[in-house]
Amino acid sequence: MAKRRFSLPILVTAIMTAVIVGIVFAILGNIFWFGHAHLSWEFLSTAPREGMTAGGIFPAIFGTVALVLLMTVAVVPIGVVTAIYLSEYARETSPLTRAVRLAVSNLAGVPSIVFGLFGLGFFIQFMGAGIDRTFHLEFTFNQPCLLWAAMTLAVLNLPVVIVTTEEALKQVPEDYRHASLALGASKWQTIWRVILPQALPGILTGAILAVSRGAGEVAPIMFTGAAYYLPYLPHALSDQFMELGYHVYVMATQSPDVEATKPILYGTVFVLLAVTFLLNLSAIALRSVLRRRFAGT
Amino acid sequence: MKRKSRAAEKVIELAIALVAMSTIASILLIFLFVIKEALPIFTSAKTQAEASLARFFSTAIWQPVSDWPRYGLAPLILGTLKVTFVALLFAIPVGVGAALFTSEFAPRKAKEFLKPIVEILAGIPSVVLGFFALIVLASLLQNAFGYGSRLNAFNAGIALSFAVIPTIFTISEDALAAVPKSLREASLALGADRWQTAWRVTLPGAQAGILASILLGLGRAIGETMIVLMASGNASLLTASLFDSTRSLSATIAAELGEVVFGDPHYNTLFFIGTLLFTMTFFVNLGAGMMVDRLKRKLAGKL
Repeated sequence: MAKRRFSLPILVTAIMTAVIVGIVFAILGNIFWFGHAHLSWEFLSTAPREGMTAGGIFPAIFGTVALVLLMTVAVVPIGVVTAIYLSEYARETSPLTRAVRLAVSNLAGVPSIVFGLFGLGFFIQFMGAGIDRTFHLEFTFNQPCLLWAAMTLAVLNLPVVIVTTEEALKQVPEDYRHASLALGASKWQTIWRVILPQALPGILTGAILAVSRGAGEVAPIMFTGAAYYLPYLPHALSDQFMELGYHVYVMATQSPDVEATKPILYGTVFVLLAVTFLLNLSAIALRSVLRRRFAGT
Repeated sequence: MKRKSRAAEKVIELAIALVAMSTIASILLIFLFVIKEALPIFTSAKTQAEASLARFFSTAIWQPVSDWPRYGLAPLILGTLKVTFVALLFAIPVGVGAALFTSEFAPRKAKEFLKPIVEILAGIPSVVLGFFALIVLASLLQNAFGYGSRLNAFNAGIALSFAVIPTIFTISEDALAAVPKSLREASLALGADRWQTAWRVTLPGAQAGILASILLGLGRAIGETMIVLMASGNASLLTASLFDSTRSLSATIAAELGEVVFGDPHYNTLFFIGTLLFTMTFFVNLGAGMMVDRLKRKLAGKL
C-alpha cells in the first residue's frame, strides 16, 4: 500500500496546483494572443485619437516612465538607509527597532486605495497647499500632479525596497565585516566600502521590484496626478500625466465605443504586462547573481 | 583624529536611525491624514446633518449624489463581505492545496517551475486582472452558470482570488518547508504513508504559518480596489445573492472620490470608509504578524 506514490488526496493537491498554472497561462495567453497583433511603432509612438478609439499610447508610456523614475529617486535612498539601520545597527530587542519593523510590515498591508486618500489629504491638501502659500503660487502644487503621485507611490513601495535590501545585506557573510573591522576600518567605512558594494545586486533588485510594482498600481495615483486624457506631455513636476495602468482602466470602463477600443485596450495591456515582466525577470536574474556570489561562503 | 572620527560615526548612526524612523512617521501620517478628513463626521454639526455614524447605519441605501443624499454603509459592507467570501472560498483550498503539493509531493523539477509561475501571477498588476475579469472571465462565468448580470460579486470574487492565491501559496509553502525533516521521517518510519504524513504531521506543524497566510490574503482581499471596481458591476444593492451586481467599500472610494466636492459630507464619508479599511486591514495584518511570531518561536524552541 505504502508503495503507491500518488493517492487520491495527493492527486487533489496536484489538481489545485494545475488550477494555478492554468489561470496564469489563460491570462497570459489571452493577452498575448489578442495583444501582440496591435503592436506597432506607430502604436508606441503616437498619442490617442478620436476619443481613444484610434492612435497610440505614447503619452501613457512617457508618463509611466516619468512617474516611476521620480518615485525611485525618492524611495531608494530612504529604503536602503532604513535597511542598513535594520541590518547593521539595530538591536533586535530595542523598542525603536521593533517599532520600525512593525511600521514596515503594516505599511506593506495598507490597501492601495488608502494610499490614494493619504496622497490627496497629505501631499496635495497639506504639503501642496503649504508650498503654494509659501511661494505665493496659485494652485500649482495644491492639485493632483506628477510629483505627488510619485511621492504617494514612493511611500507605498518603501516596504518593498526595505525588505529586499535588508535581505541582500544579511546575505553578505559576517566574515567580511569582521575582516574589515579587524583591518581598522570603522563601522561606517565597513558598510560603505565593503558591505554595500557586495549587496549592490540585491539593492538593485529591490529598486526594480519597486519600479515594477509602481508601474502597475492605479488606485494610489488616480486622485493624486493621473489624468484621463491630456493633449500634451508633462514638462514640470506640477503637471498631470497619463499612465499605462490608469489608461487601461479608463479605456476598459469609460470608452464611448467598446468594440473600437478593444484592440487598443489589448495592445496597452500587453505593453504594461511586458514592461512589468521584463522588470521582474531582471530582478530575478540579479538576485541569482547575489546568491552565486556568496554560494561558496 | 581618532576622537573626531568616532564623533562622525556617532553622527552617521544617528542620521541613519532618523531615516529609519521615517517608516514610523509614514504609517502615523497615513492614519492621521486619512482620519483627519473623516473627522467632521464626529465633530461638525453641519456634516452630521447629512453624514453621521447613526446615519451610516440607519438607512440601507447608498445614494450620495442626490437632493437628499443618503449614506447607508450596509450595502457597501455587504459587498466587501460577499466579494471577499468568494475570493477566500476559492483561494484557500487552491493556495494551501498547491502549497502542500509543491512542498511535499512535487518532484524537484516541478518545484522549480511552479514557484516562478506563482511569482508571475503575483506580479500581474491588479488593473490587468480587473481588465481580464471584465472582458474575458465575466462572459466565461456567465456562460457556464447562466446567471443574469454579467458583472457581479461572484465574478469579482473569482478574479480577486487570483490576487490572493500568490499570498496564500507563498507563505503557506514557506511554513510547510520550515517544518523539520525529522518529523516527517519519524512519521514515515512509523508506517504512515506520504499523504498521512503530510496531512497529520506536516500540515499541523505549519498551522500558524498557514493561518497567517490566510489572514494576509484576507487583508489583501478587503483592500483590493481595481479588480473589484472593474469586475463587480458597482451597484450598491443590499441582496443576499452572490450573482447580483455589487459594490465594495474600496471600489466606492475609487469610483466617487474623483467627482466629490472637497470638504463636502460625501468627501468626509469617503475618508471615513478609508479609515474603516485602514483599521480593518491593520488588525488583520497584526493578527498575521502574531501568527508568524508564534510559528518562529515554535520552530526555534519547542520542536
